[in-house]
Amino acid sequence: MRWLLLKDLQILRRSPLQAALLVVYPVLIAVLVGFAISRDGDKTRVAFLNEVPADARISVGGEQMAAVNVGDRICRRVECVHVGSREEAVAEVESGDVQAALVLPADLVSRINSLSTFNPRTPQVEVLLNEDSPVKAQLVDDRIDALLAEANLAIAKRIAGEGSRYLKLVIDGGDFEVLGQAVQILGLRASARILAALEPSLPEGPLRDSLTRVRSFAEQARDNLDIASPLIDRLAQPIAVDKVSVGGSSPPLDVFAIAVAATLTLAFVTILLVAGSLALEREENAFARLTRGLVSPAALLGEKILLGVIAGLVVTLLMLAGLEVFVSLRWERFGLWLAAILAGAAALGAAGAALGAAAREVRAVSLLAFMVTLPIAFLSLIPSGAVAGGLYDAIGIVTAAFPFKPALHAFEAALDPAGPSFGLALLHLAILAAAYGALARLGLRRFSAA
Amino acid sequence: MSRDDAALEARGLVKLYGEREALRGVGLEAAAGERVAVIGPNGAGKTTLLSILAGILRPDEGEVRTGGGEVGWVPQQAALYRRLTVEENLMLFARLEGHGDPLASTERMLDLIGLRERRGEILARLSGGNRQRVNIAIGLLAQPAVLLLDEPGVGLDLRQRARLWEFISALADDGTTVVFSTHDIQEVERYGDRLLVLADGESLFDGSADALRAAVREASPEAAVGDFESAVVAFLRQRGR
Repeated sequence: MRWLLLKDLQILRRSPLQAALLVVYPVLIAVLVGFAISRDGDKTRVAFLNEVPADARISVGGEQMAAVNVGDRICRRVECVHVGSREEAVAEVESGDVQAALVLPADLVSRINSLSTFNPRTPQVEVLLNEDSPVKAQLVDDRIDALLAEANLAIAKRIAGEGSRYLKLVIDGGDFEVLGQAVQILGLRASARILAALEPSLPEGPLRDSLTRVRSFAEQARDNLDIASPLIDRLAQPIAVDKVSVGGSSPPLDVFAIAVAATLTLAFVTILLVAGSLALEREENAFARLTRGLVSPAALLGEKILLGVIAGLVVTLLMLAGLEVFVSLRWERFGLWLAAILAGAAALGAAGAALGAAAREVRAVSLLAFMVTLPIAFLSLIPSGAVAGGLYDAIGIVTAAFPFKPALHAFEAALDPAGPSFGLALLHLAILAAAYGALARLGLRRFSAA
Repeated sequence: MSRDDAALEARGLVKLYGEREALRGVGLEAAAGERVAVIGPNGAGKTTLLSILAGILRPDEGEVRTGGGEVGWVPQQAALYRRLTVEENLMLFARLEGHGDPLASTERMLDLIGLRERRGEILARLSGGNRQRVNIAIGLLAQPAVLLLDEPGVGLDLRQRARLWEFISALADDGTTVVFSTHDIQEVERYGDRLLVLADGESLFDGSADALRAAVREASPEAAVGDFESAVVAFLRQRGR
């Protein structure tokens, strides 16, 4: 088997285009994925015009509160391109340099302040969109809506917090500043205590009854307002979200992207190489000469899969090393990567052998390999809920019958502990490797009989 | 008709490709050092017969026996790796055949086929004739007792063909049994000790060239006048082929 392997490596070395593709392809994938990850695709590029005066303050009751730093908050979530005027913002959107523009008008804070007066005016911000693509427009729209909801929530929380503080002052008493003058508030708690202390000193009669009623009121108000305080806090965000994952765990998006890149690389390199080199034996008329006693068909099959595993391992590790330039990989999990690559390459190589045994010429086999691998790879990336339930089930059956998806799962699990079950993925790959190996063996029998 | 000293013996060979009978009870016997030519029109079953004798195909009926020793096989189309050099091709097959000293075997073959000077050349850059020489050399690597050649002269010019037959004849003189298929009747007459005529999977004649002429003359004296090719054509006509 080693002489055949040596022969295949010599042939590979003598095919500079093929060998270059094997190296360039993963490096290209690594660079593309690396750029995509380091560019941070989550961040929308938005032109930002903040016309709110720097010293503007939000008034809550008699209290002056520093205006929530909306600009900073927004620019943490989107990539802000600061502009000096509305015209500049429009120009940025029209040129496509930014996906949207957000304008905070100068009267935003005064309008917020008017909400607690008898003449409230609705605070407004302006969003400028370039709707040249419906998908992009919807995405940007959703992102801006989410940002504004976040800003509204932040303001509401501050106001609720202030309200809660005043309520506490009414209950417990304390110091309060009005127009620069400190005022001491007695509070319901102290009032009830004082009234309770006074009550026994009064004689029985209407005056004492009245005092008792006032003291009861103070105590009831204190107790009930104690309960009201947390309610006011909840008003700012009445519905809390309790997120529970029931459909398996998923790793971070960048880990998923790396897993997809690694699986794609491994799949194409392994399947094309194994299928192509097996078909080459037939194209060169060497298959019959080899299998008439020199090499058993099973050994020939094993050699081709081994060739695919070796090439897949080298190229995928090269690609992962290339990605290290852009993102930090968890090299302490290298053992698991290795297991994922070897198991994935073995199953993908067996699938490549089955394809290679199906056709006579290298070109036909290469085309067949592309035509099978590419759609399966796309189908494997469709998440649940993206298509109708029945269709998703059908896609699930198709993708489960090909090693791409289990190899992707193995990579996800190897790269990040939050990934799917590693053992299950390896078992799936082992079953597929055996099944495709048997199919390839049958295909070789057809080779011999032809 | 079986001989104890036969280097190769095949009996009642039948091969079916679906409904079509490629061979119908064909037999062949060849002694050590004998050169047997297998001839017949296209589709007669020549390549199928040689493939069965080489062990590439299994017959549906019948059996093949050899008198011991290896059977070398030289397919019609060169079974070689075009991206390997002459030497790498020979070394690979010598190693796969388990030669103790594959380099020595390779050197021997390079001398035999006269390509020592071109040992480092990629096969794709060689002429068809030189590629065929390497193809034959690989068939000879095992020093076979029986050498099967499927149309060995195809693609070779006159000079190359003459060298090839000189080489094959030398092997036969050394005791190697040679069975070859061909469309070239002159080759049959010149290099074949015996010939087997196949048509539509049937064996129509097994004997010497002179015996075939005699058979033609017996059936139609005027048809036997002329060269051997005319005699073969007349023989096939007489048998309705």
